[in-house]
Amino acid sequence: MADVQTLRELGDRIVAALPDQVEEPAVGHGALIISTRPDGILRVLKYLRDDKECALEQLTDICGVDHPGREPRFDVVYHLLSVSRNQRVRVKVGVGEGDLVPSATGLYSAAGWFERETWDLFGIYFSDHPDLRRILTDYGFEGHPLRKDFPLTGFVELRYDDEQKRVVYEPVKLVQEFRRFDFLSPWEGTQYVLPGDEKATKS
Amino acid sequence: MGVSGDRTVELPGRVLPPGPDQDATLKLVNDEMADRGFVVAKLDKLINWARTGSLWPLTFGLACCGVEFMHMIAARYDIDRLGMVPRASPRQSDVIIVAGTLCNKMAPPFRRVYDQMPEPRYVISMGSCANGGGYYHYSYSVVRGCDRVVPVDVYVPGCPPTAEALLYGIMQLQKKIRRVGTIER
Repeated sequence: MADVQTLRELGDRIVAALPDQVEEPAVGHGALIISTRPDGILRVLKYLRDDKECALEQLTDICGVDHPGREPRFDVVYHLLSVSRNQRVRVKVGVGEGDLVPSATGLYSAAGWFERETWDLFGIYFSDHPDLRRILTDYGFEGHPLRKDFPLTGFVELRYDDEQKRVVYEPVKLVQEFRRFDFLSPWEGTQYVLPGDEKATKS
Repeated sequence: MGVSGDRTVELPGRVLPPGPDQDATLKLVNDEMADRGFVVAKLDKLINWARTGSLWPLTFGLACCGVEFMHMIAARYDIDRLGMVPRASPRQSDVIIVAGTLCNKMAPPFRRVYDQMPEPRYVISMGSCANGGGYYHYSYSVVRGCDRVVPVDVYVPGCPPTAEALLYGIMQLQKKIRRVGTIER
């Protein structure tokens, strides 16, 4: 993996080449992180792919992040890998609800399914995508499950109806009380008194 | 099976374990075959014996339980010795083992596969997810138990159940077939 110094120099190079598109290069988790805007994303991706120093041939993933209460609400993150130079770059794009992001399918053919997934789970639209439909969730599914305002149990549940001889959808009716789990490990110290420890005193 | 010419020997409706009882019964059947060339048995018992001895499961691994299902098929637990041959087609199988999480998207195909199986057909629900949603009980995309979609004969608990546990579940199903199995379809 490229060291921090190499990535910093790469960030400066990208900013010098695209001064009005790219903002605030940073290095984190072994990758260079840069931000841009939806209208400039294709120019940035094309530069990153074709520039000899960047040589980011592979689009590893496109994902979304939901920040409720922030403006713009979503981030679309492009994860790029250079196989020849062994370096990774992450490109972040802030997107508001209902905004269009230009599709990267013309630059990276792998983007097709990633953008479908991002649309399916976050409801972020990609313009000029050849086939923007759901990829993971059920046929006829409504809503975008990875949005923070999507309820965990969803809106419908399913059962087989013997009279109609098909699977029918009904509003969710939980037979068991919703359980809240804390994910604190008792071995690493919890923020509350464990059951049975009420009488224990520090010695 | 009942045996012997004039008198029908009533045998318990269960599999005899290896031992003196089994030896005596086998000797009785062998003598009858040597003496007359045929044995007489009750048809329903014979059919149940045949059904329990060739339960062909459909390979229906949906998640990690499928791996445990494969362990049961493989050399160590070797369900071939029970006459079980995993089939790739629902039209050739007698039992469907729901091995894993049943998602909403998978439920209609699963019901279709079940409908394609010939009678008599049996369903084994394997693992927490298939039994009642398990870890994904509150999820928006998981069916809270495969019994919402098909009738289930045997539930095998565990997450995932061990290969032994599933084998035990299959033996419970065999016991059920022996107890309630009929010639009627």
